[in-house]
Amino acid sequence: MATHTVESAVAEQSAATAHLELEDRVWLLRAMLMMRGLEERAMSLYRQGKVPGSFYDGFGQEAVSAGAAFAMAPEDRLCILHRDLAAHIVRGVTPTRILAQYMGRETGVTGGRDGNVHFGDRHLGCVGMVSMLPDMMLVATGMAMAFKIRHERRCALTWFGDGSTSRGDFHEAMNWAGVQKLPVIFVLENNQYAYSTPLDKQFAVDPVERAAAYGFVGVTVDGNDAEAMFEATRAARERALSGEGPTLIEAVTMRMHGHAAHDDMKYVPKEQVEEWRKRDPIDRQSARLADLGVDIDALKAEVAAEIDAAAKEALSAPMPDPDTATMGVFCEGEAEVLGDGQAPWSGFRKGGSE
Amino acid sequence: MTPLTYLQAISSALRDELRADERVMMMGEDIGVFGGAFKVTDGFIEEFGADRVMDTPLAESGIIGTAIGAAVVGMRPVCEMQFSDFISCGFDQLVNVAGKMHYRQGLAVPITVRLPSGGGFSGGPYHSQNPEAWFMHSPGIKVVAPSTAEDAKGLLHAAIRDPNPVCYMEHKHLYRRVKGEVPEGVYETPFTARVARPGTDLVVIAYGAMVHVALEATEDIDGASIEVLDLRSLVPMDEEAILDSVARCSKVVILDEANGMCAAGAQVAAVIAEKGFEDLDGPVVRVATPDVPIPFSPPLEQAVLPNVERVREACRELLAY
Repeated sequence: MATHTVESAVAEQSAATAHLELEDRVWLLRAMLMMRGLEERAMSLYRQGKVPGSFYDGFGQEAVSAGAAFAMAPEDRLCILHRDLAAHIVRGVTPTRILAQYMGRETGVTGGRDGNVHFGDRHLGCVGMVSMLPDMMLVATGMAMAFKIRHERRCALTWFGDGSTSRGDFHEAMNWAGVQKLPVIFVLENNQYAYSTPLDKQFAVDPVERAAAYGFVGVTVDGNDAEAMFEATRAARERALSGEGPTLIEAVTMRMHGHAAHDDMKYVPKEQVEEWRKRDPIDRQSARLADLGVDIDALKAEVAAEIDAAAKEALSAPMPDPDTATMGVFCEGEAEVLGDGQAPWSGFRKGGSE
Repeated sequence: MTPLTYLQAISSALRDELRADERVMMMGEDIGVFGGAFKVTDGFIEEFGADRVMDTPLAESGIIGTAIGAAVVGMRPVCEMQFSDFISCGFDQLVNVAGKMHYRQGLAVPITVRLPSGGGFSGGPYHSQNPEAWFMHSPGIKVVAPSTAEDAKGLLHAAIRDPNPVCYMEHKHLYRRVKGEVPEGVYETPFTARVARPGTDLVVIAYGAMVHVALEATEDIDGASIEVLDLRSLVPMDEEAILDSVARCSKVVILDEANGMCAAGAQVAAVIAEKGFEDLDGPVVRVATPDVPIPFSPPLEQAVLPNVERVREACRELLAY
């Protein structure tokens, strides 16, 4: 499915490094390590019965959310999907709140109102997903519509999977964004399977080809390369801010675990998994940075220690009070809008991505 | 006070809100250049521009979904479904995204969805429905249904200013048939019931167009003192007003234009059964459309929609109980 050529990959890589300082490249690795570490910890908490419901992770896909979110400014807005934990980390959600969220604790991002990665910290400019995919494509499109109407230089971004491209909301959002030329970035996370359904049962034409039919740019990116993801998203954001409309980024990656904790992935050929294991996004970024003299082991130890501390704190957090179960259905008082998120890319400190 | 039709009252509220608050915008199919299928937004695009009176693609999920996105970044979208029937195509966005957003994430979704609803003019199965109960059953969505010009304006102001998703059921049959004095300027009608006519022998509980059917049917039934309670708001439902009427009248006819199964009136009956049983002096009687699609041909349509005769007959029987 990946249409990457060696030449384009090299060109992309040099463009990325032109925009990324060493500290940024370390940040990307750190975000991916944090995502993997937190999800591994959450999985073990799940097996211990501490995470209710089921558990979904994004093992092997960390570069997609880390790289794309890293290109987004504080005032941009994100609708985040369930295999994109690194986006929450980039925006500034703490590991403790993430683990508390998984465990349905009062201190989790939704206070136990919703589970898993169904969360978005509204104070950080993020909206959590719903299970009907890809509903959030329209929400992101609407955010971008408001930005355009108000002549604001900001954009919206959302992630969705290959299965999502079969549903009507994919079409409605792509069409709407194309017709109104909106500053929105659609990141199609092509991880080869929608639950157990492979790509050839999902679409007859690679969805990236459809972007042209809606009147905007579609690009295919190596979704296991955080820096390439960053660069493609940065370029898409540039297009959005300069009035050139939406971009569809197809991030080609692989879901290395089952759809959820109960899924043994018996429908996936072993060779396919082995092939993708060689392209692990964390190994890749680690190798790059090790060459530049970064102490990878020290970074890993630092992240692991942070996760240990977060797990301890989250485990001691209270469960929500059952008496509050019927509260908060309606907003009473003023409607508060989304706040700004963290945006660690050094480019924003230098005056944005001009 | 100015005499306005129900439709003019809706237009007046929308125009006032667009003038008063730059966050307010209209979205819908054919609402801009054409002025809307029913001309509710006629002339708006000239005054407010194409961004704020937006002709959208033919995409109801798109209309609701993008309105949600615009709302969470500070807009106050008012979505028009060309016919309330078409909300089925936007159901998921309204029920799953808008309705659950505040509970899940503490994020308010101040959108108003205008739903031109109801039958009586050979609109057939897809231009005559009353889908309010679909949303009453979905947490996080308010549902209001005005019957008079005054409330059409006041409830719409209140809906647009509410920080939650509000379904605003505007009955097509009332657009040009109902006219009334409307106060000048902006005023908000509370989401509570209203006694349309006080009485002591029996109460007919209704909303929307059926309030007028109830009033006409009970104008004179052998001199009985018949109350008509106009619910105005279905979510929240004004249980206090319902139980007050029941306590006063002891006999209740509940009237729905919607299909009877799980209708708004079924909820009213449940409230009375649970909390007003001791005040009853007869069985709760319901008049509603039977559970069939709304047929096209006039004799078929008239055979299913509640009318003055059916309501009068139901009241007579109950009064004699």
